Amino acid sequence: MDSFRVLVVDDEQDFLETLVNRLNIRNIDATGVLSGEKALEEVKKRLFDVVILDIKMPGGMDGIEALREIKNIQPLAEVILLTGHASVETSIEGMKLGAFDYLLKPIKLEDLMVKLAQAFEKKNGHEQKIRKARIKELMRFPGRVFDQEKEDKK
Amino acid sequence: MKSTIYASLQRKIISITLVVSFAPILLLGGTIYYQFARVYKDKIEEQMRYRARAQAEAVDLFLKERTAILSAMADTHSFQALKEEENLSKVFQVINLRAGAFVDLGVIDSAGEHVAYVGPYDLKGLKYDQQPWFAEALSKGIYISDVYTGYRQSPHFVIAVRRHENQRIWILRATVDPNIFGSIVISAQVGRTGDAYILNKDGVYQTHPRFEGDILSEASLNTTLFGRSTTVNEQVNGHGRRLLYAGSWLKNKDWLLIISQDPAEEMGGLFATRNVEIAIILGGILAIVLMTVFTTRLTVTRLRQADMRMNELNAQLVQSDKLAALGKMAVGVAHEINNPLAVIQQKTGWMEDLLTEEVFEKSRHLEEYISSIRKIDEHVERARKIVHSMLGFVRRMEPYLEDVDINATLNQTITLLENSARLNNIDIRTDLAPDLPIIAGDQAQLQQVFMNLISNAIDAVEKDGLIQVKSRQTDSSYIAVSIADNGPGIPEKEQKKIFDPFFTTKRSEGKGTGLGLWVSHNIMEKMGGNITFSSQEGKGCTFFVTIPMIIPEKK
Repeated sequence: MDSFRVLVVDDEQDFLETLVNRLNIRNIDATGVLSGEKALEEVKKRLFDVVILDIKMPGGMDGIEALREIKNIQPLAEVILLTGHASVETSIEGMKLGAFDYLLKPIKLEDLMVKLAQAFEKKNGHEQKIRKARIKELMRFPGRVFDQEKEDKK
Repeated sequence: MKSTIYASLQRKIISITLVVSFAPILLLGGTIYYQFARVYKDKIEEQMRYRARAQAEAVDLFLKERTAILSAMADTHSFQALKEEENLSKVFQVINLRAGAFVDLGVIDSAGEHVAYVGPYDLKGLKYDQQPWFAEALSKGIYISDVYTGYRQSPHFVIAVRRHENQRIWILRATVDPNIFGSIVISAQVGRTGDAYILNKDGVYQTHPRFEGDILSEASLNTTLFGRSTTVNEQVNGHGRRLLYAGSWLKNKDWLLIISQDPAEEMGGLFATRNVEIAIILGGILAIVLMTVFTTRLTVTRLRQADMRMNELNAQLVQSDKLAALGKMAVGVAHEINNPLAVIQQKTGWMEDLLTEEVFEKSRHLEEYISSIRKIDEHVERARKIVHSMLGFVRRMEPYLEDVDINATLNQTITLLENSARLNNIDIRTDLAPDLPIIAGDQAQLQQVFMNLISNAIDAVEKDGLIQVKSRQTDSSYIAVSIADNGPGIPEKEQKKIFDPFFTTKRSEGKGTGLGLWVSHNIMEKMGGNITFSSQEGKGCTFFVTIPMIIPEKK
């Protein structure tokens, strides 16, 4: 689990820096950016397991928009929305767009770590499924299909 | 102040209704009575007129018959023959046989001397040439006298007829029995008050009246009041009574036949009718008054109740407006506080992280640092809880609809709170409707509402009490849950404030944020239901939760 990569997006620099530092000393490869635009640049450059995304970021792209774009670029990355401005509308919108969870600031780091772990697990499970599907594709024999899933269940 | 408005409204409605309904009744009653009385009086007068005329005709006929038979006797007998009293006596017998009512009969020559006489008095030889009737009889041919006493000193009247026999003029004269004549008139004296008599043109009684005066005395009635045709007059008699007089002049003599009657006697029927009418009108008025007062009171009471309900609704509206505005503000503030709280929390967390480094491990204040950081954390957590409960998002961010069994949710909540209730010797009893439908709703939010209300109830009772939880389906669209405690109740001046954010009665440190009811209220409003309560100080408090019944879609 050396490659647990997290991108933190928040316009509040004090919060961002501290959170990134605290994640880093807990052996998480965390990167921080101050805006939605910068987050997209980052997502285009490297793969992330989880993105922690603020919703209200004045003066630029908001979290919901960023979520949509990130999911386009890296569909497998799990996104946790973390905001001080919770509203029913944005939470529903976020969940519809495929966010993993919707959390309200302030949140204890321990709680956040739990969520990160869950998100990571989900992402891995998802990746595994896709990998199996690929293997199934590769293991096609003439006249017969090798069913990896059936094999697994045995 | 308010009740005077309703009282004056009631007075106005009653008085207007009464005036409007009395006016036509009284007018109608008066008109009917007046018309009826007029018709009745007309009828009575008509009757009296008819009787007077008929009676006058009878008297006329009487006089005409007597005059005719006298004329016939005078015309068929000579002066010489009738001078003989034997012949005159025969004639007297014949006329009394054929007509009757004659007292005596006499022959008077042109010099006015009574030459022959048959009758009870000794009148032979008396001279009449100086008497006015003699001259009149001579000139007119037929003469009927007024009643007078004359030589015989008893009331009577005479009929005299003149005869031209060759060069001789003589007069045949008869006295009429006043009693027989009077009896014709008296036959018209009917009823208790009816009278009938004859007056001459000077108003002197010619027959015996039944009540007033006597024959030949002067009547108080003015004969000029009666015209040629039969006339009815209302006059006051000598005793001050108002009587109806019908008068008819005779054709053969200037005598006036009078029939009088007390209208009160004849109008008995009318008065009875009038009394019945008055009774009916009074009954009607009484009924109208009672009905008007009754219906007006009912209407005004209903109006007052409707006004009260409207005022209550208005108060509720104002209350929910106030709560909405407060809520908006509180949510805005909460949001703004979240971000700095998050920074503080991360910074202290970071400090705690760093304290594990070697440099700090050796500091003699390490314990102080750690405990300070923990304290900061604790208070951030406290602030967070307040802010999060203000936002009503404690359990779950996204509200969603799931199948909710209200009774199961209540039971779950009660199980969670049972321990603390038991510790304080509080009995929680449930009365749950067994057939409540499963609804679509947010179970976590509903549970939060129930939790708030039941734990409030436990806090209110404090020790040794009873909490009753009921669920019912009120109609096809709502489920009602009530939570009643027998605690001290809510003082009236605090009742308006209990849904306000940060309003709390729980004095002990950290026990209540004053957000529970406010959040519950918000949750229910968002859900399309509501929370109300009723409380009497000293008698406990009951909260009512109304939950909209949304039937889950079939999957």
